[in-house]
Formats: sequence, structure tokens, C-alpha cells
Amino acid sequence: MADESIALMAHLMRRAGFGAPYAELETRAKKGYEATVEELLHPETQPDLDQDIMLRYKAEWVNKNALEGQQEEWVFRMINTKRPLEEKIALFWHGILCTGHAKCENPRQQSLQFDMFRHKGLGNFRDLLMELAIDPAMVFYLDNCMSHKGAINENWGRELLELFSLGVGMDGKLNYSEDDVKEAARAFTGWTVVNAIPRYPYGRYLSKFVYDPKDHDAGPKTFLGETGNWNGEDIINIVAKQPAAARFVARHLYNYFVADEPQVPAWQHTPPQDMEAIKQLEAEYFRSNYDIRSMLHVLFNADFFKNARFARVKSPVETVVGTTRLVGDFTFPKPGFNGLTLTIRYMGQDLMNPPTVEGWHTGKEWIDSGTLVERINFTADQVGNVNLPGVRDIIARLRAEGPTLSPERLVDGCLELLGGYKLADETHSELVALARNGGEIRTGDAGFPQRAAQMLQSIVATTEYLFA
Amino acid sequence: MAANTKAPILVVLQLSGGNDCLNTVIPYSNPLYRDNRPKVGIPEDQVLAIDNSIGLHPTMGPIKKLYDEGKVAIIQGIGYPKPSRSHFRSMDIWHTCEPEKVGNEGWLGRAIRDIDPQKENVLTGVNFGRGLPRALAAPGVPVASVGNLETYGVLTGIEAEDQRTMALETFSRTYEPMLGKGPVLSYFAQTGLDALEGADILSTAAANYSSTVKYGNDDVAQYMRNIVQTHLANLGTRILYTTAPYNSFDTHAGQLVNHTRLWTQTSKAIEAFYDDLKEHNATDNVVLFVFTEFGRRVHDNGSGTDHGAGGAAFVIGDAVKGGLYGEYPSLEAGKLLEGDLHYNNDFRGTYATLLERWMGMDSKPIVGGTFEQLDFL
Repeated sequence: MADESIALMAHLMRRAGFGAPYAELETRAKKGYEATVEELLHPETQPDLDQDIMLRYKAEWVNKNALEGQQEEWVFRMINTKRPLEEKIALFWHGILCTGHAKCENPRQQSLQFDMFRHKGLGNFRDLLMELAIDPAMVFYLDNCMSHKGAINENWGRELLELFSLGVGMDGKLNYSEDDVKEAARAFTGWTVVNAIPRYPYGRYLSKFVYDPKDHDAGPKTFLGETGNWNGEDIINIVAKQPAAARFVARHLYNYFVADEPQVPAWQHTPPQDMEAIKQLEAEYFRSNYDIRSMLHVLFNADFFKNARFARVKSPVETVVGTTRLVGDFTFPKPGFNGLTLTIRYMGQDLMNPPTVEGWHTGKEWIDSGTLVERINFTADQVGNVNLPGVRDIIARLRAEGPTLSPERLVDGCLELLGGYKLADETHSELVALARNGGEIRTGDAGFPQRAAQMLQSIVATTEYLFA
Repeated sequence: MAANTKAPILVVLQLSGGNDCLNTVIPYSNPLYRDNRPKVGIPEDQVLAIDNSIGLHPTMGPIKKLYDEGKVAIIQGIGYPKPSRSHFRSMDIWHTCEPEKVGNEGWLGRAIRDIDPQKENVLTGVNFGRGLPRALAAPGVPVASVGNLETYGVLTGIEAEDQRTMALETFSRTYEPMLGKGPVLSYFAQTGLDALEGADILSTAAANYSSTVKYGNDDVAQYMRNIVQTHLANLGTRILYTTAPYNSFDTHAGQLVNHTRLWTQTSKAIEAFYDDLKEHNATDNVVLFVFTEFGRRVHDNGSGTDHGAGGAAFVIGDAVKGGLYGEYPSLEAGKLLEGDLHYNNDFRGTYATLLERWMGMDSKPIVGGTFEQLDFL
């Protein structure tokens, strides 16, 4: 049963999606690894979610007026989508090209931005930055609507360079100067929004991007060494062709899909852990004319990806959505979604509302004494519930192995069925001891489901399970 | 636990959402208050006057009573320069003492590290609520975060007691070997073992507690009860924290009704907290600090009030020199900051006062500089 192709598929699905139950892994492994990568990279080949069902049961998801409803809708999508990479890439860009509810206070406006990430997030990076520059939520979030000819607001100009495209520096040198920030801000004057209706007492209305030539500073500008009467689009064109942009995108893709890197502010002085891999991705960035899909094609098929099992700490979204998919719960817009989104928040990731424009710090920083207990208790409660279809399926598969299981086999079977998990030797022998504790393991016993569930609970409580 | 039961204890109650200070500490005789609050004003005859210009919200009787006993310091005009009107950013500034850049270390996290640098007690700081407020977060500082004292713990979903005991034994035996396996695994293992130890000790607190004081059923009241239970259990806890959840003080609409409910609950929770400590002869070494991330807009919006700036905070306890501190910010149109009250004392001065004069600590590295202290302690 320990099937390497299934373990590899579990790895791919955890990274390119939100994990998959065993039956789906079997189907996909049969289809083949490379064919699955192709399917994931082309979400448009798979059906979208049924909007009618969502509208019928959860009008508040479709109206998108409240933060809670919009968070729930996204979590529902992540759990049930047939296009996992579409949601995963939207979440990727949301964590980098950040807007936050704390300032925007317009979930519907933000949700339009996430739709844009779904549709453009696997495409051309230059085009994505252009979409972002005219996205009303972003124009408001980073105050570009407050930036005027002769009185610039640098917020968008700075973050575009620092957090959205180049980074402060790489290989020990700076990627742009303070003058570049000011020139970028000048180039984006006149890029603004209309219909900024105050929320009270009118309710929330959508804004619209407009370009106001009267408020645009059309004078000459020198940006990253090039001089001209640059407008915003010129700035983005110049940004996208920088080696630093290739490094920035490559390193973010690596951090999100392959292995935890240091936090972004440290990138200027800390080289990538796998420069070889980063170089491959950078080369593909230029070869493909900045195409994210092409970069991911290289990434998912590379040995550096296939070998990077459990090299990332799961984010709260990955933990909650992945566990929910595994146990087969919330496959329908039933009540209780708010509990899921609150759990994600308690674990430290308030979806749509990152703490700062820098997004969430990832890796080790997801874990503190509060979030760790939330994480362990949530996952253990789910896999310990023998009434959930995914847990029942795991139990049935263990039963199908024969009338008795050795303690080692119970542990290993559970690890395989959870998605090819590996444990440190010490952990493994502790769990075998736990399995041995209850005497001979007879799969036909009435108490067997409980015993298997108990093993699953102890596995998801380990430090190893914190990783994906 | 060898705890000095008379060591100074700091309890913090965070009123999330931005409490409307203008309707909490009310400048009731100021005609500008009436002008600015046509729909969301408190009638003069309902205000609990504490002098001829300032009074408390009608629901704050229990706090007024403590004030009359000289146990409440009201800090008026508290805030910080260049106020942020974002809940998150402003709360972050209060949590990290970093108004200029985004900090990720909390002031109380730093204080806990100073109190217990060797991490001898995983319960030096305890939070009541879900998740950990940034105020308490600092790298390597263990802080227990308790959703409900009666049910707090690791793997609490396992109902059968013998099964849970076994699972917890396995948990600690699988976490211990990770301690030496590199910085990340060691950190996770230590965090897990600290949480387990904290939960173990805390489970005794609720069991050994008895009191005649009745608390309300709202979250704040229940958390305040948990704080008293933990304090009375003598676990060496020095800093206890809780939050009015879900940004409840964010009264953009329906403020008169909502604010009345919120302060009815909050006042009663503080009253029960104080009475409970008194019943157990434990009031003298506890100080309660109540704050919010910002006050609200001076002029109402017809049904509620929008995000503002300068606010008010409370410090309550036997050790406190009661009275009014800071100045009430001017309501004159020309002296407002984009329609909001101007702060006149930096919150870091109040933090420094609490740290230096109550906790007996050096405040400079914790609040990031020297700020003018107030004389409420």
C-alpha cells in the first residue's frame, strides 16, 4: 500500500491545492503526475462551482456586503473547488499584493480583486501588476487616490517597488532609490477612483477606477535609470523587466510552493536557500515573458519541488481547509462556515485582513502558544470524529487490509491515508507504543473505529503534522 | 508553585472596536457636546456627574461607586501622535508601542520576559480569549491563551478521560525529542510542551475556586471571572489579559442601544471582579487597566459614531490614587483633529507609570523611550 506515486501526488496536491482525500489521490495518481500538473495549471478545463447552490443557500455570500460572508464564501470555494490551483494562486497573491479589510471596509470591492487574482494570477506578471494598479480596492488601500500632481502620496509607489515587484534589495545591493519611489509616485498621479461614498449612512458601494489626465504629472521622470515622460504603465513595464522582479517572483513562488524562506524583510541580506532552483525560475520568467504559469510548470516538475516534502509550515488556511477536505465535511453550503473562518482567524490568519501591507509572516511565525493549541485541537477534533465521511473512509480502508493489524501497520496505514506523512523515528516508536497499548488490533471489533481515530488524533498532534 | 502572593499583578481589559469616550466620560455641561451629539447624546439628567463638567455614562454606576471610593483613575485625552483610524493599526500601536513602524513584539510580552527571563513559569502571563493579542507576543515568551478556563487544554476534544491521558502522554513524549532538532522544531516542541504544562496547572484553578459573587454570562464577565480564578490559585501569574471580543465597541450604528448594553456588561463585570477579589481578601495587589484603541468622531453620524482619535482609559485598584488625569480635550471646532479629539498625553506614559510605579520595572526598553508618567500610582 505504501505507494510512492500516491505520496508524491499527496505532496503536489498539498502545495498546488489544499490537499486531497485518499480516493482523489488514487484517481490522480492513475492519471499521472505530469498530466495532473497540466490540469492544475489550466483551471479553466475544470467546471467552476455551482453559483446557484451558493446563492440559494447563502445569499450573503453572493451579496458580499459583510466580511464574514465573504470569508466564508472563499473558504467554501477552497474546500469544494475543482480548480484548486486557481484558489491557491489567488491566496498566494492576496498574501503578497495585499489589501486589508481594516482599511478598505468594503468586502465586495476586495472580492472583485480576488476574482481578478483567480483569472489573472497564473498569467503574465506585468499584466497582473497593471490590473492591480487599477484595482479600486488597491488604489484606495495604498492611497493612490490621495496622490496628486504637485502633491504626491508615495504609499503606492513605494509598496509597488518594495513589496509587490522588486524588494528592497538582492545579493547585497539595493534595487531602487528613494528618488525612484518619488518618480514612480509622480507617474501614477491621476490614477484614482470615483464613487467614494462614505459607508455611513449609505451602506457600501463599489468604486470605479478612473484616469484623470488633469491630475497627472506629465513631466519627464527618471526611473531606474530610464528617462521619459513616464506614465504608470511605463513604470510597470520598466519594473517587470528588472532582474530583481524575476528574483522577487521566483523567491515568493519558492516560499509558497516549495519550502519556507526567511521573512521578506530579510531577503536583501539573506540569499535564497536553493539558488540553483531560483536561477531556474528566474530564467523561465524571462524566457516566457513573465508568465507565472510557465514558472509553475518548471517548479512542479522539478526535483527540487518533488524532494521538498514537509519543508513548509502549513498556514492556518491550509490547515483548516486541508483538514476539512480530508474528513469530507462542508461539501455543501450548510450552517457552520463561520466557525471555520473564525478558527482560521484564531490560528492567526484573518482572511482578507492581513496585519499589514506586508501580508502574513509565514513559516515558523504561524505558531505561538495560542495558535498551536487552536491548531492541534481543531485538527484532532476533526479526524477524531468517526461520523465524518473522510474518517469513515480511512477506517474502511484499514479494515480492508485484513482481520488484524500490527501496531506498526496501524501507524503506517494512518500516515499513508493522511497523505504520505513521515515521522521522526522517536515519534514513530511512541505512536507504535500507543497502538500496542490496547492489545491486539482486530479490525472487526466494534471499538476499532475509535482506536483508529485515536491514532489519527495523535498523528495530527505531532510537530511533524504542522508541516506540509 | 512558589509564588509570592503579594507581588503586584496587572490585569488588562481591552475594549476592542474603539470605545466612544465622549459618551463614556461625558463633558455633559459643555454646549459643544450637545451640538455635536444631536442623535447620539446622553441627556444631562442621566449622566453620573463626577464634577460640574464631567460625568460617566448612566450604566457605569459600579465604576462611579469605585471612583467615589478613590479607587479609579480616569485618564482623559490619552492617545499618540498622528493617530491611525484603522482598528488594526491603532490596536497594533497600543500593543507594540511602535507608532512609526510596524512592530511585532508586544509591550507585555517584553514585560513578561523581564519578569521571568529564565521562563521558569509558563503562566507568568495568561490571556483569556481566542488567539494571542500582539500585546502579549514576544519571541520565545510562553503565554497561555485560554478560551475557557473550565475546558482549556490540549486535545480537549477527546472525551474519555483515560484515552485523553494516554494521548497527552504520547503528545509530550513525541514533543520532547524534538527539542534538540534545530531551531524551528525546538521552538515548536517548546511551545507545545509549555502549552501542555500551562494547561495542566491551570486546570486546578477552576476546580479550587469558590465564591458567592455572581458574574454575567457575557464574554467579558466570564473572562474576568477566569482572571480572578487564576489569580486566586497562586500560580505566580503576574499579567492577565482579556478582550471584549469581536470589535464590539465599534458602534457606527445603533450606538445608544449598543453602547448602553456594552457598558452595562462591562461595568458589572468590573464590579464582580472587584467584589470577588474583595471576598477573597485579594484586592490590594491587583491593578486593572482598561483601554481602547481610539475614541470616536466628535460629531455623530445620525445613528452612531465613526472612528476617531484621542480617547480615555481607566486604572482601577486599591493602590490607585483616584481622580481625573490628563485634560479633557477641547471640543472646539478649531482644536479638533479632522473632527476628532486631540490627545494630550501619550499612552506610553500610562504604560510607563504602570510598569515603573506598580510592577517595579524599568519601562524604557519596554515602551521604547521615556514618557511623562502620571501620578495615579
